[in-house]
Amino acid sequence: MSERSLQGENLHLWRGDRHVLRGVQLSLAGGECLQVTGPNGTGKTSLLRTLCGLMYPEEGRVLWAGQDVRSDLPGFHADLAYIGHEPPLKVDLTPRENLYYWIGVRRRISRPELDDALERVGAEQWRDRPVRTLSAGQKRRVALAGLALMAVPLWLLDEPTTNLDAEGQRLVGKLIEEQLLRGGLVVAAIHHELPVPGATLRRLELAHE
Amino acid sequence: MAWTWFHRLGSPPYIYALAGRLTPWFAWPAGALIVGGLYGGLVLAPPDWQQGDGFRIIYVHAPSAWMSLMVYTTMAVAAGTGLIWRMKVAHAVAASCAPIGASFTFAALVTGALWGQPMWGTYWEWDPRLTSELILLFLYLGYMGLRSAIEDVQRADRMSAVLAVVGVVNVPIIHYSVTWWNSLHQAPSVMKLAKPTMPPSMLIPLLMMLLGFTLFFFAVLLVRLRAEVLSRERSATWIREAVSP
Amino acid sequence: MSEYPGDTEGATAALVSAVSTSSASPLDAARLALSRDLRLAFRKRGQLVQPLVFFAIVTTLFPLAITPELSRLRDVAPGVLWVAALLSSLLALEFLFRDDAYDGTLEQYALSGQSLTWLLFAKTAAHWLLTGLPLALMAPLAGMSLGVPAAAVPGIVASVAVGSVALSLIGAVGAALTLGIKRSGALLSLLTLPLAMPVLIFGARATELAIKGGGYAAPLQLLGALAVLGVTLAPLAAAAAVRINLE
Repeated sequence: MSERSLQGENLHLWRGDRHVLRGVQLSLAGGECLQVTGPNGTGKTSLLRTLCGLMYPEEGRVLWAGQDVRSDLPGFHADLAYIGHEPPLKVDLTPRENLYYWIGVRRRISRPELDDALERVGAEQWRDRPVRTLSAGQKRRVALAGLALMAVPLWLLDEPTTNLDAEGQRLVGKLIEEQLLRGGLVVAAIHHELPVPGATLRRLELAHE
Repeated sequence: MAWTWFHRLGSPPYIYALAGRLTPWFAWPAGALIVGGLYGGLVLAPPDWQQGDGFRIIYVHAPSAWMSLMVYTTMAVAAGTGLIWRMKVAHAVAASCAPIGASFTFAALVTGALWGQPMWGTYWEWDPRLTSELILLFLYLGYMGLRSAIEDVQRADRMSAVLAVVGVVNVPIIHYSVTWWNSLHQAPSVMKLAKPTMPPSMLIPLLMMLLGFTLFFFAVLLVRLRAEVLSRERSATWIREAVSP
Repeated sequence: MSEYPGDTEGATAALVSAVSTSSASPLDAARLALSRDLRLAFRKRGQLVQPLVFFAIVTTLFPLAITPELSRLRDVAPGVLWVAALLSSLLALEFLFRDDAYDGTLEQYALSGQSLTWLLFAKTAAHWLLTGLPLALMAPLAGMSLGVPAAAVPGIVASVAVGSVALSLIGAVGAALTLGIKRSGALLSLLTLPLAMPVLIFGARATELAIKGGGYAAPLQLLGALAVLGVTLAPLAAAAAVRINLE
C-alpha cells in the first residue's frame, strides 16, 4: 500500500486584491486522480501552482506523504511532474534533445529510454526536427513523453489534452491510468471527462467569489 | 513574548494606528533639534580658520550624506525582513523609505556641489565621497524604477527587496573602490576641514543636526508609511473605521 | 513497453527504485544546463557575434569622436575598452533568462529538485563562455587599434577575462530581477551599471597598468576578489528573483 498522499489544508491565496483560493481542502491517496474543474479564472492554475510549491499560500499548507512540502521543497519537487499550459520545450532543439536535457537534469536517462518514450507518443517520424517546426499537438505529445519519462509518483497537469486529437486524448487517458495503477497520484485541471475508472476519480470544483 | 510583539508589528491596522500616535513624538523634537542646530551652526559657531564661512554648509551636507546611507540600510533591512518573513508591512516600510533616502542623497550632492564651488571654483570634482553619493543615488533610482516597472504590488515588493539586499552588500564595495580609484589620481578633496579635530562649538550643532535629521526621517517615514498602508489595504474592511472620524 | 526499470509487479516499488537509483547528480545537472545553453547559442550563430560586433563598433566610435592620434588614444584606451566591454556584456544579458522564462523551461529548472542556484550558475557560466571570453580575446585587437603596445596583450586579456566573469554574474542578477518586465533594456542597464562600477574601476586600472608595462597584479587580485564574491552571491540572488517571478 502506497504511503504517497497529497493533502491541501485550508489553502488561501490572494493575487493582488483577488481572493483566488478560499480555503481549498483536498486529500488524495496513491492510485487516485483528482479532477479540478471550474470556469476560467477560478484559480485552477493557481491551485496547481500552489500544490507544486511555486506559489505561496497566505494561509494553509500542502502536505506530501504527511509532511509539509516547505520542509523539503527540493525533495518534494523530485517526486513531482508539473506541466503547465504550454509544453516546456526549447523551440530550437529537437524533441530528442529537449527530453535529454529536460529529464537529464532530474535523472540519468539513456538514449533507448528517450526513443522508447517518443515512440510511445507517436513521435518517431519527427523526433529529430526542431520543435519550432512542429504543430501544437505534436509539442503536447513530446511533453507527454517527458511526463512518462520523469518516473515520479505525483503528476500535476494543467489542461493536459489541449491541442490533442481524439487519439491523443486517449493517450493521455492511458498514461494517467497506468500512473494510477502504479500507485501514483494525478491532479489534473481539465475541462472534459477523464477516461479513468470512477472509483479512483475525485472531483474538485472551483467557482467564482 | 517578544515574538507576539513582532507579529503585531506585521498587522497593518496596528501599524497604521501606531504610526499615527508616534509621529508627533518624532516630529516635534526633530524640529527643535534642527532649528537649534542651524542656529548653533550658522550663527554661533566660529568661522573655520581656512574656509571661512563657506564650511557652514557642512551642517546640512554631512547629516544629509549620513542619512542617505542610514536610510538605504534601513530600507534594505526592512526589505530583507519582508522577504524572509513575508511581512507586507515590512515591504511597505521599505517602499516608504526609498523616496526619502533619494531626497537626502540629492540634498547631499547639491550641498556638496555648493560647498565645492566657492572653495575650488568648480561645482563637481569627482571627489570620492560625492562620487559614492552619486552612485548611491543611482541605486535608489534603480530601486524605485524597478518598483514602478512591476505592476503587481506583491511581486514588486519582493523583487525590489532582492535588489535592496544586493545593493546594501555592494555599498561598502562601491565606497571602497571609489576611494581606491580617487587615491590613485590624488584629486584634492574639499570635504575635509583643515583642523584635525572640531571644537565643541562646531561639533555640538553638527550632532544636533544629525539627530534632528534622524528624527525627521522617522517622522516622515511614519507619515508615508500610513499612506502606503492605506493604499495597499484599500479594499480591506478595517479601513472604513480607521479613516472615518 | 516499459519506461521504468523492473516494471513488472509492485508498482510503488518500481516507482521508488526508479527515482532513488537514477537521480542526476548536481554536477551532471549543471553540465547539462551549461551544454544546453551552448548548444542553443550555436543554433543561432548569427546572434552569437552581435555583442562582439557591438564591441568593435563602440571602440571605433571613440577615435572618430576624439582624435585619430594614437598617442592620445593610448591614454584613453583602458577606459574605452572597458566601457565598450561593459556595454557589450549588457547587450547579451537581456537574453540570459528571457527565453527560458517564456517557454517554461526556467520553471522546469525550478521544479527539477536540483538547486536552482547551481543551475543558474551554470547558465551564467555559459553566458561568460559565449560573451565574456570572446570579448577578452578581442580586446587586445581593439586595444592595438587604439595604439596599445603588443606587450600589453596578456594583461588586457587577463583583466578583461576576470572582470567579465564578475560582469556576467552581476548582470545575471539584473537579468533575473527584470524578468517579466516588457522592454526592460534601459532598466536592466540602470540596475546593473552602478553595481558594475567597482569592476570597471579595478579592471580599467589593471588594463592601464598593463599598457604602461607595469605590474598589474594588485588590481587584478581585487578584480578576482569581486569575481569570487560574485560567484558565491550572485546566483543565489538570481535564483531568489527567478522564484519570485514564478510565483
